Amino acid sequence: MTKRETALARIASQHDRHAGWWAFIVHRVSGVALAVFLPVHFWALGEALRGDARLDAFLRWADAPAVRASEWAIVVLLGLHLTGGLRVLALEWLPWRGWQKSLAAAAAGVSLLVAVAFLVDLL
Amino acid sequence: MTAGTAQAGGLSRERRPETAPLPSSQLDVVIWRSGAGGRLERFSVPRAPSQTVLDVVTWIQRHLDATLAYRFACRVGMCGSCAMTVNGVARWTCRTHVDRVAPAGRLELRPLANLPVIRDLVCDMREFFDKWTAAKGAFVPTATRRDPPARVPPASRERRHADAAIECIGCGVCYASCDIVAWRPAYLGPAALNRAWTLENDVRDGARVARLAAVAGDAGCHACHSQASCTERCPKHLAPTASIAGLKRLASRSLFERDR
Repeated sequence: MTKRETALARIASQHDRHAGWWAFIVHRVSGVALAVFLPVHFWALGEALRGDARLDAFLRWADAPAVRASEWAIVVLLGLHLTGGLRVLALEWLPWRGWQKSLAAAAAGVSLLVAVAFLVDLL
Repeated sequence: MTAGTAQAGGLSRERRPETAPLPSSQLDVVIWRSGAGGRLERFSVPRAPSQTVLDVVTWIQRHLDATLAYRFACRVGMCGSCAMTVNGVARWTCRTHVDRVAPAGRLELRPLANLPVIRDLVCDMREFFDKWTAAKGAFVPTATRRDPPARVPPASRERRHADAAIECIGCGVCYASCDIVAWRPAYLGPAALNRAWTLENDVRDGARVARLAAVAGDAGCHACHSQASCTERCPKHLAPTASIAGLKRLASRSLFERDR
């Protein structure tokens, strides 16, 4: 059994993944997804430099329901990544208190609040 | 921490009464066997009251296959040599009751992850302990035998930090549970960094600056992503994540201190 095989077997077979691990995965995946979104974001901003008409056309397209739903997903990702980052800062810079799972829960809770608030605003 | 604390962290509180009916008379056990690329081998083992996973492995070696290789010594959670992967999770097998981890009567036993396998369930621990050396895990005295004993107030901040992390017995459960070790083989790992943290808080130690430099590199404390699997799995209920976070704070603070 090579080291890589062992690692993959473990990742696939750890039955009781815990709050800290999930918090890490959510933080990492949301970060990567946001990094993929950023070039699109900058491209959209760049459209403003190329004249009003192009930006207005883009903004009209962005009002389509499917795009608004994607926007909601981005807000959720931002909420998850921001609160996940605050969790890590608290974990690494504040005295250890043994409430790390509560931190993960708080991060998830705040993200959920942001998600619901944005959804309510959309509707 | 004393033996009493270790017991509280073990399985004594979950021991089933001797008279309780066993869910099934036989356990279905699959064990990793090395050789020819490796494979899982199936065994049927009789259930017994208060049976530990180590009991199961020993029964197989004594009654079914004498060639099965595994490692153990004390059987009571003191030596740290019997750790294995039990149903996907690294554990001490001597303090893991079958009832707790195999309610359906099925056990899958593999060697610890992240370490080379010597044979069957036996890992080569050299890499693990070499990293303790790399993290300067040895105490460096500053006093001689002619000096009076050092007085370290039990309530001092350094002593409390060291106390919280000192009871590690080097079983390798944290190391095997750490995804960062799997992804980045040079990473020193939770146990070595935890050890370094105890010495960084030992006011008698004379190598604290050099040690901090040793653990603050690319493969040191800053590589930790705070997944806290080490803390989740530590059979001694230590928190290596807290120790590593402490090292990160020390390293950051050292940027602003002249002597570090």
